[in-house]
Amino acid sequence: MSERPKLAVMKFASCDGCQLALLDLEDELLTVARAVQISHFAEASSHLEPGPYDLTLVEGSITTPEDRHRLLKLRADSKYLVTIGACATAGGIQALRNFADHDEFMRAVYARPDYIETLATSTPVAAHVKVDFELRGCPIDKYQLLEVIASLLAGHRPRTSTESVCQACKRRGTVCVVVTQNLPCLGPVTHSGCGAICPAYDRGCYGCFGPTVQPNTRALSDHVLLPRMASDQAALALHGINAYAPEFARGGQRLWQLAGLPKPLHPSLDASLETSLDTSLAASSATEPASS
Amino acid sequence: MTNTLPTDTEVAGMTPAASFLPRSALQTLLDLLLGQGYQVIGPRLDQGAIVYDSLERVEDLPAGWTEEQGPGLYRLQRRDDDALFGYAVGPHSWKRFLFPPQVNLMRSQQTDDGWRMSEVVQPVVRYAFLGVRACDLAAIAVQDRVFLQSGFVDKVYQQRREQALLIAINCTMAAATCFCTSMGSGPRCQQGYDLGLTELPSGFVVEVGSERGAALAANLPLEPLQDEQDQAAERARQRAVDDIGRRLDRDRVQTVLRERLQHPQWDAVAERCLSCANCTLVCPTCFCTSVDDVTNLTDQEVIRERRWDSCFNFDFSHISGGPVRDQTRSRYRQWLTHKLTTWVDQFGTSGCVGCGRCITWCPVGIDLTVEATLICQDQDADAETRS
Ligand code: SF4
Ligand code: SF4
Ligand code: SF4
Ligand code: SF4
Repeated sequence: MSERPKLAVMKFASCDGCQLALLDLEDELLTVARAVQISHFAEASSHLEPGPYDLTLVEGSITTPEDRHRLLKLRADSKYLVTIGACATAGGIQALRNFADHDEFMRAVYARPDYIETLATSTPVAAHVKVDFELRGCPIDKYQLLEVIASLLAGHRPRTSTESVCQACKRRGTVCVVVTQNLPCLGPVTHSGCGAICPAYDRGCYGCFGPTVQPNTRALSDHVLLPRMASDQAALALHGINAYAPEFARGGQRLWQLAGLPKPLHPSLDASLETSLDTSLAASSATEPASS
Repeated sequence: MTNTLPTDTEVAGMTPAASFLPRSALQTLLDLLLGQGYQVIGPRLDQGAIVYDSLERVEDLPAGWTEEQGPGLYRLQRRDDDALFGYAVGPHSWKRFLFPPQVNLMRSQQTDDGWRMSEVVQPVVRYAFLGVRACDLAAIAVQDRVFLQSGFVDKVYQQRREQALLIAINCTMAAATCFCTSMGSGPRCQQGYDLGLTELPSGFVVEVGSERGAALAANLPLEPLQDEQDQAAERARQRAVDDIGRRLDRDRVQTVLRERLQHPQWDAVAERCLSCANCTLVCPTCFCTSVDDVTNLTDQEVIRERRWDSCFNFDFSHISGGPVRDQTRSRYRQWLTHKLTTWVDQFGTSGCVGCGRCITWCPVGIDLTVEATLICQDQDADAETRS
C-alpha cells in the first residue's frame, strides 16, 4: 500500500495540544492510519521519514530564525500544507509579545538572555509561506481535524463552518450567558468549531477559534464587553489566545487605547499591519463608542 | 400527500365547551399523557431561564417563577404566588422539537454494485407540548404553511407535527418584549390547539379544541365550570392584554418597509449588529437550513446532514463568485424585509408572530419593532426628528 498519501505532523512554537488531537482520535486513529501513511509524527513514533509529504499538518508559530528556515524547507517538501491551531494560524498566545517589548520579557525570564536567539515577534505560518488550509482552535477540535483529512483525501473543501459560536449554543440549547447572566462573551465574533463548550459551563466564550468572517468587534466591545468589564479587561479578552488575528488585534488595540494604555505593534510588523489590519483602527479609535 | 392536521374551519366549527380541572388533578393529565406514550415537553427551570424540556411531574414545572425581559436582557424572578405558568416565553421555542437543529436525511454507501442510497429512518417521536402560548400556536401555523402546505412537504416536520399534541395556555401576563396584539396572534389562544388552559390559583379552565383534545378531556376528572371561575379567567387573560406595551404597525410595515431599501437606518443598525444569527435561531418561524454531504475517511459512506442555518451567515448566500449579501447591512435588511413583508407574498402570512424572542436574545439588544418603525415612519416626521 505504498501509494497511500504520506502524512507529516510538524511542530514549531506550541504546546503540542493540537497534535494530541490526532492521537486523541482513538476510535478513528486506525482508520486514519489505513487511509494515510503516517511518515513523520514525532509525538507518536520515533520512526521519522524524510519528505516529500502529501499532507503536512503544521502546529506552532514562527518565533526563531531557525524555525523560519525550517518552515520554508517544509513548504517545499509538502503538497498540501495545513496549519492546525491558534499558534500556527494566528501566532498563538505567545503573539502577545508582538504588542510588548520582547527584550524586556527575555531579561525578566532568563538569567542569561544572551543564550537565547529568538525573533522579536510570533507570527502565523501564513506570514511566511503559502498555506492551503487553516484549521482554528486552541486546541483544535479532533473531529474537525478528521474532516480536514477526509476532505483533502476526497478532494473537496473541508466542511468547517465560519458561523459564530452563538449558533452552536442555539443548536445545543444552551441559554445565552450574556442575556441571562450578564457575562461578557466573545461568541458572537468567534469562529465556530468547538461546539460552544464554555457557555454550556456558565462561562463566556474566550475566543479560542479566533475571529469569524466580518466580525463586528467594535459593536461587541461597545455593547457586550464594555458594559460588563473595564476597558483594560476587555482589551485582554480580545488580546488573548488569538491576539494577533487581525480583527482581534485591531479590536484589542482600540480597547487598550480607550483604557489609556496604548499597545503599539512591534515596529517590524507595522508594514504588514497596514495591509493585513486595514485602516479602520485609526478611524475607530478616533471616535467614542456609541452609547447603548 | 394528505395533511391530517385539523384545518381552521374544523377547529372554528367546534364549540369549545369549557370545564374546570382542579390544580390537584394536573398530575392526572401528565400521567394520562405519559401512559399514552407521549413524551411530555413543558416549561422547566434550567440555566437561569424557563426552557422547554421533558417533564413527568407537576413538581417539574416552574411554580412561582416568572421572568423580566428586555432588549438583550432576561432575568428569572420570583412571583408572589405559586402559579405554574406565570411567565411569557423563554429562550426555546417548540421549533426545536418539530424541526430539530440537526438531522441526518440520507445515507449513500459504496457497494460492489456502485453507490446505494437510502433515506435515514427517522425515529418516531410523540410529543405532548404543555404550555403552548398563543404566539407559539401562530408560529406553528406559520411553519405548517412552510413545511406542509406550500407544495413541498418536509417529512421530518410532518411526522413530528402529526403526532404532536398541543396543550395551550392562555397568557395571564406579558413580557415587555411581547407584541402579539400588534401581529394579531395573541394573547388569547384561538385555534390550533387540542386543549386550551387558563390558569387560576385553584386550577385550570379547560377548552377543547380538537377531537384529540376531546378524547383526552373525556378521561380527565373535569368539573363543570362555575360562572365566577369563567369570569376570573377572563380577568386573568385581560391582564396579559393590558400588560402589552410594545407596538408594531403591521400593515404599514408590510407595505412601506420594502420601499425603504436605502434608508439610512439600515446603516445604523448594521453598525451595531454582530451578524451572530441569534435572532433567527430563537425565532419560532425562521426555517433556513443548510444541507451538507459528509464523507467518511475511507470514502465508502456519505451522510447527508441538515442543520439550522441563518441568513446572517456570510456563506449563506454564497453562489458562484461569492456571497450575494456580503455585508451585515444587506443581511439584516434581508432578514427584516423577509420576516415582515415578503414572507406575506411567499406564504400568505407575516413571518413574525410578535413573540419578542429576537429582541430578548440579541446580545446587543437590537429591537425589530424599533428598527421597522424608524424605517417606516412618515418621511416628514422623519425629517423633523432629524432637524
Ligand atoms: S453565550 Fe456567547 S456564544 Fe452563546 S449565544 Fe450567548 S453570546 Fe453567543
Ligand atoms: S407574545 Fe403574546 S401570546 Fe406570546 S407570550 Fe407574549 S403575551 Fe403571550
Ligand atoms: S440582530 Fe442581534 S441577534 Fe440578530 S444577528 Fe444582529 S446582533 Fe445578532
Ligand atoms: S421575528 Fe422576533 S418577534 Fe417575530 S416571531 Fe421571530 S423571534 Fe418572535
